[in-house]
Amino acid sequence: MFPADLKYMESHEWARREGDIVGVGVSDYAQAEIQDVVYVELPEVGTIIEQHQAFGVIESVKAAFDLNTPVSGEVVEINEELEDTPELVNEAPYEAGWMIKIRMSDSGELEELMSASEYQAMIETEENE
Amino acid sequence: MTEKLNRTPLYQAHKQLGGRLIEFGGWEMPVQYSSIIDEHLAVRSNVGIFDVSHMGELEIRGPESLSLIQKLIANDAAKLANGQVLYTPMCTETGGIVDDLLVYRFAADRYMLVVNASNIEKDLEWIHTHSETGVEVENRSEETALVALQGRNAPQCLQTLTDVNIAEVNYYRFTEGDVAGIPTIISRTGYTGEIGFELYVEARRAADLWAAVYEATNAIGGKPVGLGARDTLRLEARLCLYGNDIDETTTPLEAGLRWTVAFDKGSFIGQEALIRQDGEGIKRRLMGFQMLDRSIARAHHAVYHKDRRIGEVTSGAPAPSLKCNIGLAYLPIEKSKINAKIEIEIRGRRHPAKVVRTPFYQAPI
Repeated sequence: MFPADLKYMESHEWARREGDIVGVGVSDYAQAEIQDVVYVELPEVGTIIEQHQAFGVIESVKAAFDLNTPVSGEVVEINEELEDTPELVNEAPYEAGWMIKIRMSDSGELEELMSASEYQAMIETEENE
Repeated sequence: MTEKLNRTPLYQAHKQLGGRLIEFGGWEMPVQYSSIIDEHLAVRSNVGIFDVSHMGELEIRGPESLSLIQKLIANDAAKLANGQVLYTPMCTETGGIVDDLLVYRFAADRYMLVVNASNIEKDLEWIHTHSETGVEVENRSEETALVALQGRNAPQCLQTLTDVNIAEVNYYRFTEGDVAGIPTIISRTGYTGEIGFELYVEARRAADLWAAVYEATNAIGGKPVGLGARDTLRLEARLCLYGNDIDETTTPLEAGLRWTVAFDKGSFIGQEALIRQDGEGIKRRLMGFQMLDRSIARAHHAVYHKDRRIGEVTSGAPAPSLKCNIGLAYLPIEKSKINAKIEIEIRGRRHPAKVVRTPFYQAPI
């Protein structure tokens, strides 16, 4: 159900490694829970961020949620399309709805994240509670 | 430890429709069924059905009913005919708002007050404190359910279910009649800024009424609507939400509800304070604003003018019908001119906004 080539955080962000660069977005589960994404606040290119820190905010009609950083490093690109079309996060959370790209400083941090199957299991546990 | 939440008689219907249930003022209520934006737009362009059974209904009976109501409320219930509804604040001695409510006149000696869910107990206590002989107050909230049908197609939709001539039920009027064979109070009121009706029904018949109204709504492409869209609809129409925009620390004059204060109707609680405030002039007023960037103001965000904090947002949200982000805030009178530039502090950063005319949205006539 969740793309197997991505890593996941407990707070529902995904990380996609392409060499030293890690793309970040939120999972299909998260976008379905949030619904109607109306605003995404992203950091500026060049910002240094640390794993588990908030790098931005995603807002639905009703509320705002922090976006957390999967790996430490420097923000090298942000998805500027989201300024005018935040609904891309709902429509294509793993593709056009990506948020930032980070040049990671410690690739070991990726190993701390969940695999797709671990993430799937976490959600099933949460839903049964 | 969580307190057990109240459920309306329509709880099962919401589950079946896939409603997402959240806690709201001690009630487990649907915040949305599909998408808040889609539900909002369905009400603006077509019709939506809402469960608002959490609202409180208090019956006032007896020969002294009107005199008690007149003492309690700021608006003038003496001008009501049978079958007429009045919106009014109920004030403290200092002019603060205990609650905002609807007064229904059934007969000279029988009225119904419709109050906010979170204020039922407080209002009952307030009313009993000021009650006199010759009047009985009964809390009918638990045995009464309330279904709202709102949107330009609400009249035709409702007409398919009743022999009552819906076209004859004018704005802020009500009548009693069968809807889908179920005895109902049909009230042409609402909280969306659209034409619409609120249908009061006995709780034990609520599920049947909901099923029939839902089917008629669905047949013309309407939607069930949760509290999420109810909030954006009422905000666009600049209808106050108790606990956010008005409370015991705000007066009707400050809240832009001067039209609900009948200064010279005879004595009522808060009258002296309101006359005094009106004479001296209010220092702050609840104003609408629009964000000038993409950010979204929310309740409790600080409002700035230059480097001075001048107020606080009381309601803020995206406005799906206007495609911009809006809000309400109490602003000092000298900073409240239309088009005045203000700033809203959101997560530590200030974002530009301007004061705008309200209602933000007005339904085409």
